Amino acid sequence: MPETIDVLNAITLLANFVLLPALSYGSQLALGALGVTLIFGILRFANFAHGDTMAFGTMIAILITWWFQSLGLSLGPLPTALLALPFAILATAIVVIIFDKTVFSFYRRQKSPPVMLAIASVGVMFMMNAIVRFIIGPDDQRFADGEKFIIKAREFKTMTGLNEGLAIKSTTVLTVVITLIVVTALFWFLQRSRTGKAMRAFSDNEDLALLSGINPERIVLVTWIIAAALATIAGVLYGLDKSFKPFTYFQMLLPIFAAAIVGGIGQPIGAVVGGYVIAFSELSITYAYKKFLKYLLPEGSEPEGLAQLLSTDYKFAVSFIILVVVLLVRPTGIFRGRVL
Amino acid sequence: MSYLAGVDLVGGYGGADILNGCTIAVERGQIAVIVGPNGAGKSTAMKAMLGLLQLRTGQVVLDGEDITALSPQARVAKGIGFVPQTSNIFTGMTVEENLQMGAYLRTDDITPTIEQCYELFPILRDKRKQAAGELSGGQRQQVAVARAMMTEPSVLMLDEPTAGVSPIVMDELFDRIIEVGRTGVAIVMVEQNARQALQIADQAYVLVSGENRHTGSGEELLADANVRKSFLGG
Amino acid sequence: MSNTIRATFAFTVMAALLLLVGFYQSWNVALTILNLCLISAVMSLGVNIQWGYAGLFNAGVMAFTALGGLAAVLVSVNPVGEAWSAGGLGMLLSAFIVMAGIAIIVLLRRWLAAGPLRKLCTAMVVIAALVLLRSHYYDAVQSIEAVNPAKTGFLGGLGMPILFSWVIGGVFAAAVAWLIGTVALGLRADYLAIATLGISEIVIAVIKNEDWLARGVKNVSGLSRPVPYEYQLQNSEWFISLVQRFGESKLALLSDTARPAALQQMVIEGSSVFVKLCYSALFAAMLLLILWLCGRALNSPWGRMMRAIRDNEEAASAMGKDVTRRHLQVFVLGCAVLGIAGAMLTTLDGQFTPGTYQPLRYTFLIWVMVIVGGSGNNLGAVLGGFLIWFVWIEAEPASLFVMQFLTSHLDDASAWRTHLIDSAPHLRLFLMGLVLLLVLRFSPRGILPEQVRRS
Repeated sequence: MPETIDVLNAITLLANFVLLPALSYGSQLALGALGVTLIFGILRFANFAHGDTMAFGTMIAILITWWFQSLGLSLGPLPTALLALPFAILATAIVVIIFDKTVFSFYRRQKSPPVMLAIASVGVMFMMNAIVRFIIGPDDQRFADGEKFIIKAREFKTMTGLNEGLAIKSTTVLTVVITLIVVTALFWFLQRSRTGKAMRAFSDNEDLALLSGINPERIVLVTWIIAAALATIAGVLYGLDKSFKPFTYFQMLLPIFAAAIVGGIGQPIGAVVGGYVIAFSELSITYAYKKFLKYLLPEGSEPEGLAQLLSTDYKFAVSFIILVVVLLVRPTGIFRGRVL
Repeated sequence: MSYLAGVDLVGGYGGADILNGCTIAVERGQIAVIVGPNGAGKSTAMKAMLGLLQLRTGQVVLDGEDITALSPQARVAKGIGFVPQTSNIFTGMTVEENLQMGAYLRTDDITPTIEQCYELFPILRDKRKQAAGELSGGQRQQVAVARAMMTEPSVLMLDEPTAGVSPIVMDELFDRIIEVGRTGVAIVMVEQNARQALQIADQAYVLVSGENRHTGSGEELLADANVRKSFLGG
Repeated sequence: MSNTIRATFAFTVMAALLLLVGFYQSWNVALTILNLCLISAVMSLGVNIQWGYAGLFNAGVMAFTALGGLAAVLVSVNPVGEAWSAGGLGMLLSAFIVMAGIAIIVLLRRWLAAGPLRKLCTAMVVIAALVLLRSHYYDAVQSIEAVNPAKTGFLGGLGMPILFSWVIGGVFAAAVAWLIGTVALGLRADYLAIATLGISEIVIAVIKNEDWLARGVKNVSGLSRPVPYEYQLQNSEWFISLVQRFGESKLALLSDTARPAALQQMVIEGSSVFVKLCYSALFAAMLLLILWLCGRALNSPWGRMMRAIRDNEEAASAMGKDVTRRHLQVFVLGCAVLGIAGAMLTTLDGQFTPGTYQPLRYTFLIWVMVIVGGSGNNLGAVLGGFLIWFVWIEAEPASLFVMQFLTSHLDDASAWRTHLIDSAPHLRLFLMGLVLLLVLRFSPRGILPEQVRRS
């Protein structure tokens, strides 16, 4: 039997390298997937421009952050980007609404099949991508400032006397707290407010919603604004947590789509759960358990290799495999989203 | 002129005309029933009166006002309630939310209307927190009718409300519809179950190929040998 | 304008554009663009088979072209004997374990009724196979990658002429397409798009990271060519006399002393043009072959059925057509064409560089080609391939020029100017998006619309 201290060390190790990172990554995915699933539920197409919408919103937040920093504005221990967030959301919402009016509304009026809208979203993706690259360039940008850690690994070690440190990054806590607030607010809005209910009704049965006098253009407008806000928040949190690079944001499309489908597309609660499912699977499958096992197993029997199920190079494969399994076993997703 | 009337309706869904000059009219507090063989244009006639298809000629008049040019939403706002044949509820929302959505256009207090609906359909009160999609077929139809009642319409249109429900449920639904009629609402109903529908009809229309074939009170048509032979199976 | 006239006109304009580049930039540049135009046209045909014939949204074009490129390596490179003796056996054993595992699962699914027992057994077989695989596979990988890592470190290929890879590339792509199509077809149309987006990330990740296969990001260069090398031409009598004959008038103007040097210069330039022309001929032949086959397929009963399904899935399904199966067929066929194009591309490059595969360039640009050219019309897809590639290439210098012009009033050292000029190349992405949206909106049938056939 391993000693208690070893078990604690092992748990700390896992918490530090799998649980906490998965919690923040999962929150970011959940916010992204919520946007995708709302667009899907109301406008009924897979929005390929969502990753680039996230990138666009984050870029605006970064530019405003830089400007605030040059003015000497800051939030003390919190990142300045939070101060820039509302402006970034506003700018992103305006841009997506412009794209809706100039691009998507036409296909809605034509009652085009959803795949036409998806292809149109590819065009939007190209343009958003170009705008972002043109303005801020394709390279990595870091914009996190303020306090980096709430508890540093070393402090944790001296505090607890354990071998392993548990570093709690402020971005992790920030991500989780903001996600909690945003998700609660969104669910309250959808369940309780008149417009939120109208959105659900529209998603549920479009013809009947129209017959009930629900104004589709207003619903669509509100949906885009919420999607833009969610995308910007998700993008900024991800960028604070890691770094901002346009291509990485494009690549997040896959885990985000996977999260939305796994949870049940068109189901907000599914998107949240799906986000965490994808994040926890990705991190726990690509984590090297060697050190973890060393604590738990009797001496001499620890594994030779890294004890890693899959190399981190294949983290996309995790979302994909989960996606494929869901499509094979239960195409409606965990919470029975819509499927045609 | 009747309270609601569709006069000399001609039109279709873009291809050949389905309606060829039929006329449907109903008074407040009365039940008008449209029956006829498959493809006679029964549902189409009703949809034309709601504005869901483009009429080539003919007009729709509500309470003396010509509403032919209005959109379906505008007609709903004018006091026409419509219960489609299928997908007539929000399956993912609770019964109460369905009722609230029915009253979406209203800005005044809707609690009394909800209360009236619950009195009319007592089962819905018990199920009000349940998702409408989880209810039985008959209960769903009640939700659908109640949803349409939420605008406090002066006209209620029902497109085959008893399609796919058992005979017992059908009788109950008809009873409820009669009750709704007694509150002063004009009811237009398309029905597949012609015999039962005629029994409750104040005014009945037998449509064939988009034209009026027989018109009269329900009793008259039930007594008419021609109608019995051709449409009621003897 | 009738369709034939329209097509003739469009292709004439396209040819004129390429000729302009030849006269004003250089023939080398013109031919480089032409060769990639030809390959783009094949890719565009592949996507058109899926989108134009059947309305399938494949967002993983990149994966299938990369698989074609992989085939080019695996077919043409000589086998690395040392690596084979070091880890070949282990790798074969791993392959055997995978196949045996799949076979057992297939048999299990046939023998056992659906239920928890079957799920349990399937899961156990998968786990057992993975455990077995672990030991053999990783050892094999390590021994293979340890063999002279700077130069080889992979198993190598079959050492066959690279042209064979055009077929093998198609087969590779078709096999992967079959797998992904089996899972994602028959569900919502966008699920195929998302699944193919996923598979494209994974295929690229595998090719980048499995060094034993094709050296990963270390690239494989110096692939054998199906056409002569420039230095061979420069040293052959017949080629030099050919160049002499072409350049007679120019050479005659020169003095005797200057003539040999000028001739040599002409031979060097000529050899490069000649090589490119050889490629062009090969690619054009392939393009014409695929175009002919596509035309045949489109006008066959099969093609009519495909269009019927695309235009009204429900009606076709009600008439007893197995829509999902037909979609699978057409998806696999389209991907096979993409695989062929990928192999052609790697053949032209003479090297396989997995790091360069980017979704915007290899997936979504191809989509722009199809939509702009005319979805459902093979000639349209080809035209789209030519035109969009041409614009894609020429837009870069053009946007640079525009930016330089627009910023000419700014100071040379101005940060704004540097930024704008540095960022100019990204403008072509904007242009592509704009073109896609404009065509989709105002001319959704493309430049050469699909002909509506009446019987």
